[in-house]
Amino acid sequence: MEQKLDYLKETPSQTAGPYVHIGLAPGAAGFDIYRQELGWDIAGPNAKGERIRVEGIVIDGTGSPVKDVLLEAWQANSQGIYAHPEHDGEVEEGFRGWGRVITDFDTGEWGFDTVKPGPVMGRNGQMMAPHINLWIVARGINIGLNTRIYFDDEAEANAADPVINGVEWERRRQTLIARRTERDGQVVYRFDIRLQGGDETVFFDI
Amino acid sequence: MNHKGEYYQRDREWHPPAFDKGYKTSVTRSPQYALISLENSPSEITGPVFGHNDIDPLDNDLISNYAQPGESPIGERIIVHGRVLDENARPVPNTLVEIWQANAGGRYRHKKDTYLAPIDPNFGGCGRTLTDENGYYYFRTVKPGAYPWRNYINSWRPAHIHVSVFGASFAQRLITQLYFEGDPLIPRCPIVNTIPDPDAIQQLVAKLDLNATIPLDTIAYKFDIVLRGRRSTLFENRLEGN
Ligand SMILES: [Fe+3]
Repeated sequence: MEQKLDYLKETPSQTAGPYVHIGLAPGAAGFDIYRQELGWDIAGPNAKGERIRVEGIVIDGTGSPVKDVLLEAWQANSQGIYAHPEHDGEVEEGFRGWGRVITDFDTGEWGFDTVKPGPVMGRNGQMMAPHINLWIVARGINIGLNTRIYFDDEAEANAADPVINGVEWERRRQTLIARRTERDGQVVYRFDIRLQGGDETVFFDI
Repeated sequence: MNHKGEYYQRDREWHPPAFDKGYKTSVTRSPQYALISLENSPSEITGPVFGHNDIDPLDNDLISNYAQPGESPIGERIIVHGRVLDENARPVPNTLVEIWQANAGGRYRHKKDTYLAPIDPNFGGCGRTLTDENGYYYFRTVKPGAYPWRNYINSWRPAHIHVSVFGASFAQRLITQLYFEGDPLIPRCPIVNTIPDPDAIQQLVAKLDLNATIPLDTIAYKFDIVLRGRRSTLFENRLEGN
């Protein structure tokens, strides 16, 4: 008998279920318990850069909005720095780069306010275009789904982005790109997520 | 600055697949294309950092964190405790663990839960804590009840606590569920059975831990959580480029 490797196994995932709000956003479940809920302010008041809003909807395989989703966003600041000890550089006081968003129970719409991230140096000296990392959980999703939000007004940077270019099917790359609009003087990016179908959003195994 | 290596690839055979026809909601919510594999970049090896300013010391005590003064929730008083480790068996310190659960009757405090079991006025059903420097965490709560759900006509969830863990990076982010040793509903649950490997299911079953009970007060269950491990060698290229 050969020797055994002594690694542990990662704890297996289970769906967040329909009541994820109780744990992660209790106000949305209908009660007030904590001094402060986490993840409501991604950038903080001192963040430099362009203030933007990102909005969307998650659509299931029947074309219906998914109304019990929770999304987490993780992004660099406008200088391309993550608020994390393993990333060199300083972020603004109060900039966290992490946010938690839930969908409207009636419409399935979600949205969050932040600043547009800067480009981040990736592997092998290849610059990654500005992007927001997204993690999606819900009832019926057995393990959290990872995707990225890129921006359609960054065409040149997107064209050179190693992650976008790693998607072999050029048609599918556009599922990663949010569309810029303006509403009442505010910049709004639209990013709809399709869980299934021919135009299914690209999801990553990170 | 302490640059460590990449995270071990997730063993997707150990986790539930996105699609499982026995868990009906997954049928229309499961991506059908293959996931695109990403090599770790700074976007994956970083993640939010939490501190003691974010939470309050009592947030991990579900017996008191929503109870009226002098009252407490109905149910079997339990401690759930354990360590958050990585696949190299190293502790994951200072990481945020959040839990949520039904009350002892199997009812959630949620505006979408309409199960006829009553709301407990002294039970909110959520808690959160940071692991200590050894990766250790604990919660005090009441044992949740089983509840029915719309999958098959006669589907009942085993008693369970939902658990959310961050780890040190976005790559380690995990949500799972804790079950209790000896529960006959575990092998019958379509959500449990989305996990193909019986050994993986066992990893979600907390064990009765009499050594950790408080005699005449609270019984205890032990639940260790394992997040992805990482290589000890550096990236082949400096993350900052050049
Ligand atoms: Fe549940």
